[in-house]
Amino acid sequence: MTLTGRLVFAVAALTCAVASAQAQDDVVVKIGVLSDMSSLYSDIGGAGSVAAAKLAVEDFSPAAHGMKVEVISADHQNKPDVGASIARQWYDVDHVDVIVDVPTSSVGLAVNVVTREKNKVFLVSGAASSDLTGPKCSPNTIHWTYDTWMLANGTGKALVKTGGDTWFFITADYAFGQALERDTSAVVVANGGKVLGSVRHPLNNSDFSSFLLQAQTSKAKIIGLANAGGDTVNAIKQGSEFGITAGGQHFAGLLVFVNDVQALGLKTAQGLVLTETWYWDMTEANRAFTKRWQVARPGKFPSMVPAGVYSSVIHYLKAVAALKSGSDGRAVVAKMKEMPTEDPLFGNGSIRADGRKIHDAFLFEVKKPEESKYPGDDYKLRATIPAAEAFRPLKDGNCPLVGG
Amino acid sequence: MERVLDPSVLPRRRDEGWSLGVAFAVMVAFFVVGPFVLYPVFLMKALCFALFACAFNLLIGYVGLISFGHALFFGWASYLTAYSAKTWGLPPEVAIGIGTATAAMLGVVVGGLAIRRQGIYFAMITLALSQMMYFFALQAKFTGGEDGIQGIPRGRLFGVFNLSNEMTMYVFVLVVVLAGFLLIYRIINSPFGEVLKAIRENEQRAVSLGYNTERYKLVAFVLSATLAGLAGSLNCLVFQLASLTDVHWTMSGDVVLMTLLGGLGTVFGPVVGAFLVIGMQNYLAPFGQWVLVIQGAIFVACVLLFRRGIVGEIARLLRVQL
Amino acid sequence: MFEIFGIPSQALFGQLLLGLINGSFYALLSLGLAVIFGMLNIINFAHGAQYMMGAFAAYLLLQHLGIGYWEALVVAPIVIGATGVLIERLLLQHLRKLDPLYGLLLTFGLALVIEGLFRNYYGSSGLPYQVPEALQGGRNLGFMFLPNYRAWVIVLSLAVCFATWFAIERTRLGSYLRAATENPVLVRAFGINVPRMVTLTYGFGVGLAALAGVMAAPIYNVSPQMGSDLIIVVFAVVVIGGMGSIMGAILTGFALGVIEGLTKVFYPEASNTVIFVIMAIVLLIRPAGLFGRGA
Repeated sequence: MTLTGRLVFAVAALTCAVASAQAQDDVVVKIGVLSDMSSLYSDIGGAGSVAAAKLAVEDFSPAAHGMKVEVISADHQNKPDVGASIARQWYDVDHVDVIVDVPTSSVGLAVNVVTREKNKVFLVSGAASSDLTGPKCSPNTIHWTYDTWMLANGTGKALVKTGGDTWFFITADYAFGQALERDTSAVVVANGGKVLGSVRHPLNNSDFSSFLLQAQTSKAKIIGLANAGGDTVNAIKQGSEFGITAGGQHFAGLLVFVNDVQALGLKTAQGLVLTETWYWDMTEANRAFTKRWQVARPGKFPSMVPAGVYSSVIHYLKAVAALKSGSDGRAVVAKMKEMPTEDPLFGNGSIRADGRKIHDAFLFEVKKPEESKYPGDDYKLRATIPAAEAFRPLKDGNCPLVGG
Repeated sequence: MERVLDPSVLPRRRDEGWSLGVAFAVMVAFFVVGPFVLYPVFLMKALCFALFACAFNLLIGYVGLISFGHALFFGWASYLTAYSAKTWGLPPEVAIGIGTATAAMLGVVVGGLAIRRQGIYFAMITLALSQMMYFFALQAKFTGGEDGIQGIPRGRLFGVFNLSNEMTMYVFVLVVVLAGFLLIYRIINSPFGEVLKAIRENEQRAVSLGYNTERYKLVAFVLSATLAGLAGSLNCLVFQLASLTDVHWTMSGDVVLMTLLGGLGTVFGPVVGAFLVIGMQNYLAPFGQWVLVIQGAIFVACVLLFRRGIVGEIARLLRVQL
Repeated sequence: MFEIFGIPSQALFGQLLLGLINGSFYALLSLGLAVIFGMLNIINFAHGAQYMMGAFAAYLLLQHLGIGYWEALVVAPIVIGATGVLIERLLLQHLRKLDPLYGLLLTFGLALVIEGLFRNYYGSSGLPYQVPEALQGGRNLGFMFLPNYRAWVIVLSLAVCFATWFAIERTRLGSYLRAATENPVLVRAFGINVPRMVTLTYGFGVGLAALAGVMAAPIYNVSPQMGSDLIIVVFAVVVIGGMGSIMGAILTGFALGVIEGLTKVFYPEASNTVIFVIMAIVLLIRPAGLFGRGA
């Protein structure tokens, strides 16, 4: 070959090499938002979580990091078999790398198992069960926004310390409700309160009259609602019918979101005490996010669940960018635990060895109708629970990943 | 009392069996080639439900009894298999055996109570009993309530075949379902089956001929329940999960839909129906609640216009047995 | 105050009263089913969905037309009853000559369609509906606080049940209905328009379900699935009572409501299943049901 020929060949080869290296540089990531799109929790997570994930991807600017990110979504209908089936299909066939959100603990637990088996990543924002960082903890899962222990501790402790020292529980008779009652009872008793009694009601119950009657007869100062979604809303609605609050007793919603308060209306929900880890109206950054989020969900307000989705997706993408690959779930999660978290919604925080994300929790009280100045102005802050105290201590979780 | 079916639909003469053989070959070929084209887990689900629907068809197609509570057998066998495999650590064949046996026992109890009444009452009783067992499953500790039983190990079949391998599991499920299918076919075309058909056509006459019709109906019911239980046991190992969905009344409604759509009283109808309904639920999943509406609309359309179901209509057009 | 089995008498009487309220709904719904079954020999699986439509009708009438509770009590059953008439004319009448199980399958399919459509448009969380002004508040009876609205529910359902029973068992129209059930051909020969009676009867039964729905709207969560779980319990009530008699359906409905209420006090975990257990027992002892006239 002549010298010119060799030169041309070399340049051509080099160009090809650079071009293929460029194409390989683009890390492709697929995010699956698995949520309840049509049923009980569709307002709490659902399309709102999808919107939050998309905002997170936008804010991360994948192109600037040499990445391509796609967001897909599906409806798990609050059924663990449907959720597990979709997760399996997503991982096996659709090349999804990470699943986010998943309200409903039973589905969360099922997806947790599948994710570990396929070595992908699971970022839980919607499900509540503290077992996800306890006996069922996994090196592929991070529990982001809140959990049952935090709720029990936040609401229970704070109420007992402010005079609500006698409790009666109305509990949904299934694993989640029982766990919530158990955790909150323990906190109440540990802080000097007394549990006067409890009653179990069937899940998705429409008529609470007889249970409310029993709560009234007990004369407990606080009626703890160890249930969620429609059951909580029903109980509170019928409670006002029976004059519970007029009689001096208070409801403590152990799992209540801002969307439930909106569904009830301030007139019925006023005075309700609850714990959330994020409120749309607390900081400028939160308000800005909410405005952007409301483009996709006009007239609605984000609860802590979509906020958690946003925060977890951003941190995940940062970890993948650092590793330049999203294919090994365990490695990505290890990287996420290594890096401190930082985002406009939750500020600075960290992730523990058991997969628990740590941040502050807040005790809110629902405003009276006359105290609310504009739509969505529903909460007033009663107390801040600092991150170090808000979640169950690492050693108490029985997580096999944590030595000892 | 009039029976459910239009008798002209049902298989009469044995010598028209060549079409059955052909259809069987086609079905086997489809399921052998299938996993290389479609997602194997989806096919396994379709196979389990095909067995479930065939078991249901045994009861409605050949005895004329409509049970609206078959989810009871499917779901409780699923729970027992799950519990045996996970908590007792038993090998898959034993776990499936336990699940199926549970379904049989439940079949005896439910059948004993329900067979006392006819027709519509029978349907309502099965529905109510199944709903009662649903609430029991919701509250019992061992079923895991809302969470169900998760992370069930598939184990090694007979200590040899590792069922965690997707293809091995598929072959196992296919073999069991085909065996169940052939068993049902054998039951229908046996002296026992002939008596069942006689009871369906005219129970009074069968009684006058000296047959203990109640006993025959109960045996058929128990057989149907047992095979439904077998389907449930397989299903729980495929998905490694047993949950409340398996015992909910919508599951009972699904199997009625599959059989109705495929063709009541035909041999292959339930298989086709199961495949179509599972396929529809899978591919229309993004449309959420529309699946419910579409299923209901298919019900209405079938009852009004396509009482013979898809396979039944094809069989009539081609004038063969299917 | 004295105690019965460890429960203070106050709580007990309170629960009995609440049980009567639940029983009112069971009675109204099983009455509707019994009327429809009596005439058409069809089990109307869509009854639960029609109950739900009644509640939604009340909500929509208020939202869009400003029609309040009292008018809705009359308007909703008529409107939903009319849809029932349509269903009978367009769909059910084709099944008259067939086995009644086809009717069950058809109405089952209808129930799915109706529930699915409502779920699509209204989602699964409930819709708010307030107790009407005149009935708000309650009175303290000493042993419990009884909301006025719940007392009204008992009164209205007793009135409607009694009126229906009277119409069917004691009036001329009712006697035509009962005759047509037994021998439609003969009754037709007497010049009575039997098909029209059948259609209107179905409409009436559906209207009863819708009425129950309107009554339920202020106290229960108005949601698309409010009917589907209730309908299965009502089926059990009907099996226990036996389809033979109207009075049987009414009495069984109230009685079972009370029993369920008592179970909620003594053993709440079983409150879901107690009605089914009773059904199983009744089937063993008296397969025709308590008031039934034969299998």
